[in-house]
Amino acid sequence: MITIKDVEHVAKLARLELTEDEKELYTKQLGDVLKYVDQMNEVDTSNVKPMTQVIDFVNVMREDKVTYDLTKDELMANAPEVENGFFKVPKIN
Amino acid sequence: MNEVLKKSAAEQSKALKNKEISAVELTNAAFERIEELDGKLGAFNSLTKETALKTAQKVDEKIAHGEELPLLAGVPLALKDNMNLKGSKTTASSKILENFVSPFNATVSEKLLNNLVPIVGKANLDEFAMGSSNENSAFKKVHNPWNLNKVPGGSSGGSAASVSSCEATLALGSDTGGSIRLPASFCGIVGMKPTYGRVSRYGLIAFASSLDQIGPFARTVEDAANLLEVISGHDPKDSTSLNLPVEHYAEDLNKDIKGMKVGVIKELMTEGLSDDVQKAMEKAIEDYKKLGAEIVEISLPKLKYSIGIYYILATAECSSNLARFDGVKYGYRTPDAKNLLEMYTKTRAEGFGPEVKRRIMLGTYALSSGYYDAYYKKAQQMRALVTQDFIEAFKKVDILISPTCPNTAFDLGAKSSDPLSMYLTDIATISANLAGIPGMSVPAGFDKDGMPIGLQILAPQLQEKKLFNAAHKFERANDYYLQLAKI
Repeated sequence: MITIKDVEHVAKLARLELTEDEKELYTKQLGDVLKYVDQMNEVDTSNVKPMTQVIDFVNVMREDKVTYDLTKDELMANAPEVENGFFKVPKIN
Repeated sequence: MNEVLKKSAAEQSKALKNKEISAVELTNAAFERIEELDGKLGAFNSLTKETALKTAQKVDEKIAHGEELPLLAGVPLALKDNMNLKGSKTTASSKILENFVSPFNATVSEKLLNNLVPIVGKANLDEFAMGSSNENSAFKKVHNPWNLNKVPGGSSGGSAASVSSCEATLALGSDTGGSIRLPASFCGIVGMKPTYGRVSRYGLIAFASSLDQIGPFARTVEDAANLLEVISGHDPKDSTSLNLPVEHYAEDLNKDIKGMKVGVIKELMTEGLSDDVQKAMEKAIEDYKKLGAEIVEISLPKLKYSIGIYYILATAECSSNLARFDGVKYGYRTPDAKNLLEMYTKTRAEGFGPEVKRRIMLGTYALSSGYYDAYYKKAQQMRALVTQDFIEAFKKVDILISPTCPNTAFDLGAKSSDPLSMYLTDIATISANLAGIPGMSVPAGFDKDGMPIGLQILAPQLQEKKLFNAAHKFERANDYYLQLAKI
């Protein structure tokens, strides 16, 4: 069973600030979904290799070549705050 | 509405070549239709008039010089608003990207521009393509053109509604668990998800990278096949794109399907089907028999687990993909954070809507220490078993059929407070993404209230030509595709 404490822990990992109402709601809703998901345990998968992709790609390589598709200004045009060509953020503490 | 908008892309191409209408006139007609209708429909987040008309002018110049036109040149298209088009806003219908202006083109946009396809606007969607009803858009709901009180399906609801209502002739959507096929079914049009890797996803805002695929919407199978040809191909910028030649997908449309083995998915024909959908499926089976196909009942025993598998894998992948939205490089940032951590947590809390947060939470939980093996690894193992079911099935049959959804479009608001019941809407579509196979939804009739029903057709990986062939034959055995929403 997923508890409010689990939800608070996961929210911290996911960098999401939740209100008390959201915590309660997600505890119930995630619990419902996980209960449904638990159906999977009816099936024995001890000898099944986990499937990570649908097409068997192996190390897709390309030449390590520098290209300039976009300028620095174009790339940074959407940034909330920029100073002297750097992304600016609030102080760490 | 200008009657030319009701025509298929193939007919519009012909009208352009015969100079019955110019490309600029056709594009302007689409904009008039959008302006008259979209206040009620909500299919578009933004219009890209300048780009569209510039493209249309180029088409008219080519016609004036007697030059040959590329495939689908001049045919108005709506682009799902999670694909980048340089200079346009690309919002993914999220507050966190509300003011994001694309600095580059997605590969699909580049290909459309190369073929001189006028992109008329950016189509509304469920926020970050997460949803089955298009009610999760942060900006506005999309309404179903057949009944404005019903949902259009999601997540590519704007794309589907725009084509269904003749605001656009073609559209692109993305399909992670049914997000093209479900809205196509609810809106009575054709929607197709190609084989994983067939279409480059460079410039598509990622949701779940092992499942996402871009595909076409159209009002005929032929148009969808041609649009797939335009957008397919290998792309060095997407390392998951397949390095295989692009086929002429419309080549075999009219091929005789006598002797084709059509598998009916047993598990999707019994439980929870509405009476009208059941009848439509029986009729579809009869149609295939009349066309000379051999009907075989096929069981996919692990299919019932696919929704559970999907909601672990897709949410795990989305929790990772959406980590990039941190208020630093682009997008919304909370105005008053005291420090960096608070900036992250408040930006994401204020920028993401409830369904996106719910999925990030679920995915983070499934990947977190202590639960990884029980959920994420288990789901990956189950995915292998679902895929194995399809491999076995396709040893016996050429294609598989089922309803695209057990019911027709539901009322706006009917499922929005119960996420699990919303998730269950995708029971028929999700497994194709897990296995990476191509699938499509084709109009298959109407229920007693006049709402469209969709037939889903699935084929083995890279058998798109066969899929379009089987779909076209079914389409032309009926006149459902000629019926348009009265709006």
